[in-house]
Amino acid sequence: MDALFSHSLLVITGKGGVGKSTVAAALGIAAHRRGLRTIVVEVAARDDVSRALDPSAAGAPPGGGPEHISIDPQRAMEEYLREQLPVGVLAALLSRSRIFTTLAAATPGMRELLTIGKVWGLAGQRRGDDGPAYDLVVLDAPATGHGLAMLQAPRTFASIARVGPVARQGRMIASFLADRERTAVVAVSSAEEMPVTETLELRSQLREQLGLDLALNIINAVVSHRFSAGEERTLGAAPPSAARHAALFSASWARHQRIQIARLRTGMRDVGLLTLPFIFESVLDRAALELLSQELDP
Amino acid sequence: MSVATRLAGKRICICTGAGGVGKTTTAAAVAIGLAARGQRVAVVTIDPARRLASSLGLEGLDNEPRRVEPAHFAGHGLELRGELWAMMLDAKRTFDELIELLAPTSATYDAILANRIYQELSSSVAGSQEFSAVAKLYELDASGRFDAIVLDTPPSRNALDFLDAPERLTGFLEGRALKVLTAPTGVAAAIAARGSSLVFSVLRRVTGVDLLADLGEFFRVLSDVVDGFTERASVVARLLGDPATTFLIVASPEPTPVQEAVFFRRRLAEAGMHFGGLIVNRQRVLARTRPAIDERALAADLGGDSDLAARSVRALRDLRALARRDAGNLRYLTAELDDRHPIVIPQMDHDISDLAGLLLVERYLFATQRERSSLLAEQAF
Repeated sequence: MDALFSHSLLVITGKGGVGKSTVAAALGIAAHRRGLRTIVVEVAARDDVSRALDPSAAGAPPGGGPEHISIDPQRAMEEYLREQLPVGVLAALLSRSRIFTTLAAATPGMRELLTIGKVWGLAGQRRGDDGPAYDLVVLDAPATGHGLAMLQAPRTFASIARVGPVARQGRMIASFLADRERTAVVAVSSAEEMPVTETLELRSQLREQLGLDLALNIINAVVSHRFSAGEERTLGAAPPSAARHAALFSASWARHQRIQIARLRTGMRDVGLLTLPFIFESVLDRAALELLSQELDP
Repeated sequence: MSVATRLAGKRICICTGAGGVGKTTTAAAVAIGLAARGQRVAVVTIDPARRLASSLGLEGLDNEPRRVEPAHFAGHGLELRGELWAMMLDAKRTFDELIELLAPTSATYDAILANRIYQELSSSVAGSQEFSAVAKLYELDASGRFDAIVLDTPPSRNALDFLDAPERLTGFLEGRALKVLTAPTGVAAAIAARGSSLVFSVLRRVTGVDLLADLGEFFRVLSDVVDGFTERASVVARLLGDPATTFLIVASPEPTPVQEAVFFRRRLAEAGMHFGGLIVNRQRVLARTRPAIDERALAADLGGDSDLAARSVRALRDLRALARRDAGNLRYLTAELDDRHPIVIPQMDHDISDLAGLLLVERYLFATQRERSSLLAEQAF
């Protein structure tokens, strides 16, 4: 975790439905607890996670928590234009122009570029002599495919535009993302076949298309119930009961999960792997996030 | 109600829902069930994983439907009375084929395909994959080769992208922007004249001139196919609202899928499209009767192993807590989607990735309400 938290930006991605937002929030809480000025940035907002990160949420510790924002590409564009154009009126005019917004929407990777550009603004841009506003930005990125597109956007843009401020900034952002000292990509999976396959593919795509690599794998929602093969036989021989059914179900579930965890581990031996427990008891509230953050960074 | 009843009289069945809820598996299982009941069925998947192909006994899937060998199911006690075809949507290929169809000359086709903006637009811009899926659907439907087509929708961040895609693309192409840009006084001219208009000079300043030139070129070459494209897109959009088209909403009892399902149901109603029913995958089912747990008796049954008995009871309590949570989500979904008899499929203790898994899902989907209740009771905690 020390190594992970020394980065400026953590990009959290993975297949849809595996718990990216949850893991991003838990990482943000863990970093905040270490005293880092931390902000969790969401792109695909999940209401329950946002609510749980709210400072007034039940279960939030007295020390508060990480800051938290959600990026809206339209607003990011207006901000960008304001920064780029000397005359504010011009920026307002342009962002209201239908031609411009249509063009921007049609321009490949524009939304992704604006979003990642905003993230870069939080994590990498120097503000006078003070340095960046945050020590650590945790980006709750979109699911694998869109997530890759977002990381690729600056590079794509730089090559299409070739010259001009967009190209220049595209190159700056691309080199920030490619700097392994500053940016780390974390893959979240669940211990199931498809998410593990996607994570394995994600790594090769990151390497081949972007020259990046995975810094860490986190497997979410791992069931802890363990029964030995002998115990499973004993259970199998016992007369039917609800508890026997539950134990056999859990044993089989956990066994299938272990197979997938092993698959991910052998698929990339050189990348660290952490697991987070399945939470049975409660809905995803602040207390659950605190618990998960302790698991990640004891 | 069985999915067969819900799909009666429908030619097109679109499975939609959040990512990770089992849309692909559900779509494949629906198609298998319809084919088993005598229909000629095509399942169109978006899933790039080879998994579905291999579980159907195909080496791979591509942009054309492939016939699944009936013999593949024989060992599993399923007789395919109809035909099952499967394909994987290649958004870029579908887009290219459409341009080929619409381009007046091969030079136009080549120019469009070589344009960098087009290359990006057809493969990576949000909505293009969704649009391609519907365009392919239209093509398959118009071919008359199939009685039913089952579509697995792309794992878009927002399932709604799917409903909007044709309209968004036509809106974009028909829009004022394009007219301005393709008119003799439009972008191309503006660029040629080094841009006197304010908007274009600002644009050039922000984006860099080459980008603008590429865009101008893109709109110029595309203008030849715009009318055909717009026409096709509106026909395709109409197909979504056709009385023979229905949407199955697939969810799992987790917060995001539940929210998306509710949202999507509302949008379907607003758009006047047909809602075929709710399918809830991965439900942990709570038993109707839950007699008090007798840990001591359990230990005795387990050869006196009280530790094993305690851990078994713990597993039961955990799964029941989960089942209660899932039941709450299911009640909410049922009420919000106004489907009093959703098709509930329990969470299995393993991934449903092989043919046996697909057939298990098919059994739940095509069972009557009564049959399904008893299947679910066997899995309840």
